[in-house]
Amino acid sequence: MLSRVGDSTYWMGRYIERAENNARLLDVNVQMLLDLENKGGETARQFWRPILSTLEDTELFDELHGELTPAAVLDYVTFEPRNPNSIQSCISFARENARAVRDQISSEMWGQVNETYLYFRDGSAGRDFQSNSHDFYEKVTESSQLFQGVTDATMTHGEAWRFIQAGKFIERADSTSRILDLKYHILLPSGEQVGGNVDISQWMSVLRSCSGMEAYLKIRKGDVTSWGVAEFLICHREFPRSIRFCVDRLDEVLHEISGAGSGQFANEPERLSGLLRSQLDYATVDSIYRTGLHEYLDGVQGRLIEMDIAFHRTYCAY
Amino acid sequence: MSSLFAQYDPGDFFDEMFSAPGEVRPHYRLLLERSERLSSEDFNRKRQIAELSYLNQGITFTVYNDKQEGTERIFPFDLIPRIIPRQEWEHVERGLKQRLTALNAFLDDIYHDQRIVKEGVIPEEIIRSARHFRPEFMGFNVPKNIHIHVCGTDLIRDREGRYLVLEDNARCPSGVSYVLESRMTMKRVFPQLFSRYGVRPVDRYAQDLMDVLEHIAPPGAGGDPTTVLLTPGIYNSAYFEHSFLARAMGIGIVTGEDLVVQNDRVFMKTTKGLRPVHVIYRRIDDDFLDPDVFRPDSLLGVKGLVEAYRKGNVSLANAIGTGVADDKVVYYYVPDMIKFYLGEEPILPNVETFLSAVESDRKYILENLENLVVKSANESGGYGMLIGPKATKEEIGQFRSLIEADPRNFVAQPVISLSRSPSWCEGAMEGRHIDLRPFILCGEEIRIIPGGLTRVALRKGSLVVNSSQGGGSKDTWVLDGGKED
Repeated sequence: MLSRVGDSTYWMGRYIERAENNARLLDVNVQMLLDLENKGGETARQFWRPILSTLEDTELFDELHGELTPAAVLDYVTFEPRNPNSIQSCISFARENARAVRDQISSEMWGQVNETYLYFRDGSAGRDFQSNSHDFYEKVTESSQLFQGVTDATMTHGEAWRFIQAGKFIERADSTSRILDLKYHILLPSGEQVGGNVDISQWMSVLRSCSGMEAYLKIRKGDVTSWGVAEFLICHREFPRSIRFCVDRLDEVLHEISGAGSGQFANEPERLSGLLRSQLDYATVDSIYRTGLHEYLDGVQGRLIEMDIAFHRTYCAY
Repeated sequence: MSSLFAQYDPGDFFDEMFSAPGEVRPHYRLLLERSERLSSEDFNRKRQIAELSYLNQGITFTVYNDKQEGTERIFPFDLIPRIIPRQEWEHVERGLKQRLTALNAFLDDIYHDQRIVKEGVIPEEIIRSARHFRPEFMGFNVPKNIHIHVCGTDLIRDREGRYLVLEDNARCPSGVSYVLESRMTMKRVFPQLFSRYGVRPVDRYAQDLMDVLEHIAPPGAGGDPTTVLLTPGIYNSAYFEHSFLARAMGIGIVTGEDLVVQNDRVFMKTTKGLRPVHVIYRRIDDDFLDPDVFRPDSLLGVKGLVEAYRKGNVSLANAIGTGVADDKVVYYYVPDMIKFYLGEEPILPNVETFLSAVESDRKYILENLENLVVKSANESGGYGMLIGPKATKEEIGQFRSLIEADPRNFVAQPVISLSRSPSWCEGAMEGRHIDLRPFILCGEEIRIIPGGLTRVALRKGSLVVNSSQGGGSKDTWVLDGGKED
């Protein structure tokens, strides 16, 4: 496979996943805001600022918008063309990458990503957002899931497919770590206690942002605690959005690409993924909280960035 | 008569469907009968289905000089097919084979002995001054002695319905993907009609093209050559077609950046290191192929590619330097080439053409600009063209000075009253002018896609069918059965 094709398929996988995660994050938080609305503008600001920090989008936002309002944040993360991580930008980039590898992917995949692109381009997305933001974000999420499904069902599971998977899982691991970290940035309103109603409802929204509510409740028999949520989203072996699950898959798919046996490494990205994988295998929630949840997640994000760079150097720009 | 065609007026033209008002031609009778069951609402619904399927599949082209976002447009598609009876097509096919054989013989001659010049059939000056003539390749033997592997020859029909050759596209003709896609769309929209009509299929094209490419593979490739399609990139107006063809042939699509030349061999950069490449179906003009040899500012090409080609390590389709054969001045001499190389009379005549390089012709052209179509020798896509009867005084004046300044660069033709076909225009069937671009492949033998791309000038009264100038397309049906007439 051409290196350029590898690069494009990898980024197509990342952008599709990023669009979905942003959509879910915004959707959940818009709903949570409904509970807070009666508490005045200051609370809303305290609430939305962390979302921007989570996405590392604060600087450009401040440049474009003087004042932080919920509407401005939503527009910025959903539609702003100058924000390279807005949902609309992600869809455009995903489609551009898909176009560059049109000959490698199935017509169904192309049809799916192109349709979503046109949905944004022709203004339907904006109208749907105005009339019902929940339905809108759900639609965006679904279109990404449809793409993933179509990819699995119609594309040869060869090298290009593996590059898409690598992009998808590295992005998803990164995204879960950021969503979990969001809780660190959100201050509890004064007078609220850790473990109190507001605290718990914030943890629940973290779970919802990762589509993990139902799975979590089954495992924990309905008991939502900060430790439980962190353990679930970091260490769970089988939940498909936990960091560990994503890194396991990433490590596997890297080994499939190089043909190296598991437990060994043939190149730098594999060495890094193996390292992170074993670290996650032996992590406990106690050890994570001793390090500090925020610091721990920061470390994971750093590893993922190194892996992205090593991956690019090994396969695309040698 | 059906509601769709009840008001249709064929006008004072050769109409493909009606020989006179209400008089349908035999090979369109079935279509007319079928359409009687369709209301215009049904028809509109079918039209929307077709349009949506084009848009969703990204079957678009890019318009130049359009600074706003949204430079991708869908190619307008008209649902009324152009139908060609079998005998009529056989005549066209014979003519095209004859023409391409002569063009390939001409290129072989022009890059070797130039007999046709020495024997006074074509003035030397015309060849020497042709913009796409490549004197660097004099004496070079192209693989299997084929220069033009893919040719798109534009045909029109005049008021009597005679097929005439308007021009040859012997460099990188495009449009075949629309032929294949529009066929799939039509089958989806009018399934029953197809089964009744006996339309010759077009879907062998990709396989035929692949056969041509493998036919010219260098001997060094062994039995399993690696073939790629070289594209200028995703922003090129024909990128959809490039990726379409690469997919249909199951070959890789590469940009100049993906290729590298080492020791006069071409490699592509893959995730598993460098891999050799043997045949390149290039959709990049000569000028941009190799910055070492042609335009040094080209970012699209590959350094060293031409040397690898000269050494016979990689084959190119089309060969370098075929542009001299589709120069619009050289076009004038194609009937003479056919006589010279094949000793035959041309089966498909040229459109009557005047050369402004010839003094007597130039005088005639300058005196009759308002009645002529003037074309510059090396432009395509409908650019650099004057349509006398539609031009303003200023435009005519402008072309007058252009011609006087550079007579070699212009030809003129009478305005041909192109044939028309019924087309759906804002809620009614109206006659619109059409042309036809068959795609001709030359490998072990010459094969022609049954039909080709029918382009239609959707603007009322317009004679310009190019997609960049408001043109659309129609599916072209060549019939299998012999007795429609």
